[in-house]
Amino acid sequence: MLTRVLKILFQCLFVRPLVLVLIGLNVRFQERIPSEGPAIIAANHNSHLDSLVLQSLFPLRLLDRVRPVAAADYFLRNKLIAWFSLNIIGIIPVPRTFRHSEGDPLAGCSEALESGNILIIFPEGSRGEAETMDEFKAGVAHLAQRHPDVPVYPLFLHGCGKALPRGEGIFVPFFVDVVAGEPMRWGGDRNEFIQQLRLEIENLAEYCQRPAWD
Amino acid sequence: MLAVSTILAKVFAWLKPERALADLLPRLYSWWAIVTLVTVALVLQQPYSLYFFGLVSFLALKEFYSMIPTRRVDRSILFWAYLAIPIQYYWIHIKWYDVFIIFIPIYMFLLLPMRMALMGATYGFLRAASTTQWGLMTCVLCISHIAYLGILDVEHVGPSGGAGLIMLLLLLTEGNDIAQYVWGKTLGRTKILPKVSPTKTWEGFLGGLATTVGMSYLLAPYLSLFTSGQAILAGVLIGVSGFIGDVVMSAIKRDLGIKDTGTTLPGHGGVLDRVDSLIYTAPIFFHFCFYLYY
Repeated sequence: MLTRVLKILFQCLFVRPLVLVLIGLNVRFQERIPSEGPAIIAANHNSHLDSLVLQSLFPLRLLDRVRPVAAADYFLRNKLIAWFSLNIIGIIPVPRTFRHSEGDPLAGCSEALESGNILIIFPEGSRGEAETMDEFKAGVAHLAQRHPDVPVYPLFLHGCGKALPRGEGIFVPFFVDVVAGEPMRWGGDRNEFIQQLRLEIENLAEYCQRPAWD
Repeated sequence: MLAVSTILAKVFAWLKPERALADLLPRLYSWWAIVTLVTVALVLQQPYSLYFFGLVSFLALKEFYSMIPTRRVDRSILFWAYLAIPIQYYWIHIKWYDVFIIFIPIYMFLLLPMRMALMGATYGFLRAASTTQWGLMTCVLCISHIAYLGILDVEHVGPSGGAGLIMLLLLLTEGNDIAQYVWGKTLGRTKILPKVSPTKTWEGFLGGLATTVGMSYLLAPYLSLFTSGQAILAGVLIGVSGFIGDVVMSAIKRDLGIKDTGTTLPGHGGVLDRVDSLIYTAPIFFHFCFYLYY
């Protein structure tokens, strides 16, 4: 109960003012963003701000159902960060490396989808270099295969990597562009699915103006 | 007036839903929000109106720095530039005019390139230094002149005080924008600056100017101590400089290849799209008043 109150306070007093006033969003195709689960949002990843921006796209009543999928080795690295990530942000931890003997690494994600949650997945698996897109990992395709009825929404984000890139301590306000895509369905082939998803996100990038950043 | 136009727009949308008026209602709703916020800011008195105009500066500067090309190494420079906003508005709060007027054009102008040189990245140095300063001059220095109007004393500027002058400036500037648009839409034939803004016409400009002078003549007695001659001159200054502010921002947007500076105000575009004419009218109107009364 207390953690839930803290979670809502954190959203209302920190995340939403940060995202809506200090950052500021330009959302293209807002109407494409799903209003209920189960669904998977697959976005490019540049900054810790990405998850907060994506959570802010949903109304507060969906707060408990919008779950960022995040690297267990990073977000569970000590007790305090683990408590914060699991209870205040509401992440679903996944291992970045695993052995088959350890069981199903995506069990948490599957469970969340089955109970109607909206998963936020960054297929790049890491923030990487700011405002560039790395190779996609296969996890999202595995999930799509397991849950063929769950729509996967490609989504392009631009600006978070300028505002708070990896390895930088100071936050600098920049507008963030969000471009939502049409939902994709499982087509039968993991590699093809990943390629298609990447292509969709690259196409969405064309909708926003991205001034030089060099 | 806003109420009448909202009702008209609603009725029109209801009668002819197929006509391309989709932009008008969100535009009017944004106007309601702007008018409410400005009124609250002016009624609450100091220092709350400073927070309001500081926020306008911040939103405009953020739009500007988000739409121009920037260098990765300059993140900390932009951070310093944002810090100039509370400092600039603090000078207004303590009524230190001499520093208010030189802080950005001299001290920030000298400080930021110094910091940039110490970082050692010389590629695109001049461009980065100039665009950063351009943002500060327009979005912070020029806009903060509105707030300085607000702290002018009742004994100098008359019973309605600085808030009356802000009200006059805002009504005339925004009225001028709308009047130029309406005159241009109805009578516009001769293009005035086709390379910069193809929709602007001589008819729109002159009709808007005449309307603004008329509004100034009618409104000034309630909001200021202007004589009728001064009111007419204020109308001319705002009509002309408002037009110039509009086309200067158009030229920048054309240079960058964008149409709107943002989507903060539905129907208007970004904050910068709405305050573009104020960037010119605010300092000019301010110095006109300052010259008359101080």
